[in-house]
Amino acid sequence: MADLDFEGWVCPLPLRDSPTVVMGHGGGGAMSAELIEHLFLPAFGSAADAGLGDSAVLEVGGTRLAFSTDSFVVKPMFFPGGSIGDLAVNGTVNDVAMSGARPLALSTAFILEEGTAVEQIGRVAQALGHAAEVAGVRLVTGDTKVVDAGHGDKVFVNTAGIGVVPAGIDIAPRRARPGDAVLVSGDIGVHGVAVMSCREGLEFGTEVESDTAPLHGLVATMLDAVVAAAAPAEDRNGGGNNGGTVGGNGGSNEGGDDGAATSATGSGGPIHVLRDPTRGGVAAALNEIAKAAGVGVELVERDLPIPQPVRDACGLLGLDPLYVANEGKLLAFVAPEHAEQVLEAMRAHEHGKGAVRIGTVVAEHPSMVVTRTGLGGTRVVDLPIGEQLPRIC
Amino acid sequence: MKYLDEFSDPELAGHLLDQIRATATRPWAIMEVCGGQTHSIIRHGIDQLLPDAIEMIHGPGCPVCVTPLEIIDKALAIAAQPDVIFCSFGDMLRVPGSSQDLFRVKSAGGDVRVVYSPLDALNLARQNPDKQVVFFGIGFETTAPANAMTVYQAKRLGIENFSLLVSHVLVPPAIAAIMESPTCRVQAFLAAGHVCSVMGTYDYPELTQKYQVPIVVTGFEPLDILEGIRKTVLQLESGRHELENAYARAVPEQGNPTARRMLEDVFETTDRAWRGIGMIPGSGWRLSDAYRGWDAEARFDVGGIHTDESPICRSGEVLQGLIKPHECAAFGKECTPRNPLGATMVSSEGACAAYYTYRRLEAPATGAAPVAPDAPAEPVGVGRG
Repeated sequence: MADLDFEGWVCPLPLRDSPTVVMGHGGGGAMSAELIEHLFLPAFGSAADAGLGDSAVLEVGGTRLAFSTDSFVVKPMFFPGGSIGDLAVNGTVNDVAMSGARPLALSTAFILEEGTAVEQIGRVAQALGHAAEVAGVRLVTGDTKVVDAGHGDKVFVNTAGIGVVPAGIDIAPRRARPGDAVLVSGDIGVHGVAVMSCREGLEFGTEVESDTAPLHGLVATMLDAVVAAAAPAEDRNGGGNNGGTVGGNGGSNEGGDDGAATSATGSGGPIHVLRDPTRGGVAAALNEIAKAAGVGVELVERDLPIPQPVRDACGLLGLDPLYVANEGKLLAFVAPEHAEQVLEAMRAHEHGKGAVRIGTVVAEHPSMVVTRTGLGGTRVVDLPIGEQLPRIC
Repeated sequence: MKYLDEFSDPELAGHLLDQIRATATRPWAIMEVCGGQTHSIIRHGIDQLLPDAIEMIHGPGCPVCVTPLEIIDKALAIAAQPDVIFCSFGDMLRVPGSSQDLFRVKSAGGDVRVVYSPLDALNLARQNPDKQVVFFGIGFETTAPANAMTVYQAKRLGIENFSLLVSHVLVPPAIAAIMESPTCRVQAFLAAGHVCSVMGTYDYPELTQKYQVPIVVTGFEPLDILEGIRKTVLQLESGRHELENAYARAVPEQGNPTARRMLEDVFETTDRAWRGIGMIPGSGWRLSDAYRGWDAEARFDVGGIHTDESPICRSGEVLQGLIKPHECAAFGKECTPRNPLGATMVSSEGACAAYYTYRRLEAPATGAAPVAPDAPAEPVGVGRG
């Protein structure tokens, strides 16, 4: 044992110094974040101006545009409840909607692998078109490339989307503040379990179908509810002057100047943060928000809406539903006095029927998410590292 | 799922905790052998809810954690070879060998695949006759029957391009080794329920008598664990040392006779090194003579690989229950789940990873400021033994 040279010893994990990309870099957890912070942002230099939310908000000629892009590499292409085509629309629509924006248009880019059945591409394209119709967004530009057989995986899709942010709305991770109610729009872990259930080598029977859905209608409903209620009382000072350069000033509110919580509620609206918890699940999304705002999040485990089939599948595979992906759910951080009314509005919408409060933002343990367990203990809900790995036994 | 939710009921848990509180009159140190139990205890905060008198010591029952570095290095060497499809359970991919892990081998072009059943690996062998397909057969008596079945089937079906890299370990010899240790603090064991569901409970009465130590076969859900602890404390308080079964819904005395016959056919007992602990005589299985032809170690000529372990990692002492994870100077500093020095920090069943993941936030009862995310934390329930 004593022979090991620790001076020259390089730990094989976290692959921080990995010369090659590993799968965990795409897992939406700590490794993904590190790739962005330590590789992309420094490499982009002064051109980088990303707020690191789901979408950027840009002011163009007096209008604030939300802008986002996402690539879709899901395997299998078709799964219970949806396909890569549905995800390509809904994923980007939702990223845009998480700024409070109304999505307008998408670009679509296909990277096709030589030898893929044209019929399959047709089905994906059809699903994509249908999803866009349902979401009410136009597909306005696109691109197609083909790569050699073996250099892709049948079809990769990239979409980018733009939308318009209503005046007076400022929704961004940094706006989370102590006291906020943490809401979720319905059952969690559904999409991830649906996809896993038909993944090669893991097929298992479940009635779960992906929850993939466009959420901008739900967001609009939530915004309407609080605008209607808040307008007479507090929102007079919020109209139009608070847009700022949302993408660029992420630092200004960090550190949690808690004293200003109440008065700040009116500026930008009482819905402070919206997030669709996709890769990395609810756990990753909450950790990112907690870090961006310098606040803590306290969850109540027994309040988490985890449907029985998801509980069962996770129990079998040794996975935690908090880390399993969702494609049609959102998390909302809402000023406490508006929480009930937002919940009510969410429940009246088809994509928010199962909305519940799952936790609270606290000033304690900044940047950490903690849950009270069903038995009454507590535990930290950490950012996943890479991909969640099924346990051995 | 039936048998999952019923065994997490907070009210019933409260009753069991009350009974444990009422029974325990002095400090007792109980080891849960299995990593699955450790995970459950920490995840549900059971150790926080137990009375101060009861100290849970986290045992060496995480299969990922105790697989020796040398075997990991052999796995990496095999996986990196051309024309090899290397199959493994998911959580072995992240375990660091001495210079890399399977994820990195995969990234560098190795064909490394996660399978959920070893029989999937055998199917891969049939589908890829021009490749050598290797399955990483690690784990306790729990994973062994399925692994044995693959080799049995490979022989029966004449599948020559399949082999098993075997590093199986056995619970009863580990319990004996812990009790023989001069620094042993363990006064009772929660035996691993799943191991007993395969092997039965025949090995344990002898251990209870030889070492005068209570052993209670225990399951994995919160109520299972609390019931195991309750039975253990009753024995300790009354001076008994017997085998009891608190997991009867899954564990008959004879275990699973079909699986045991398969194991006896395919494997034979061997001395086995445990990561962080060292060589324990008769504590492992290797392929028996009749199946030696499917042994990946022989097929790929990796016998020359010998690896030593990190000198600053104290996972061996953690695995033996001599220290709690946070008492290691490297815990949360040099050693984190992203940067593990020892295997106990890698698997979610590893005691160090469980403490790091779930117990970084332990604000003292006085309400003092909680620790920062990356600082080592003082877990609740530590230092009361």
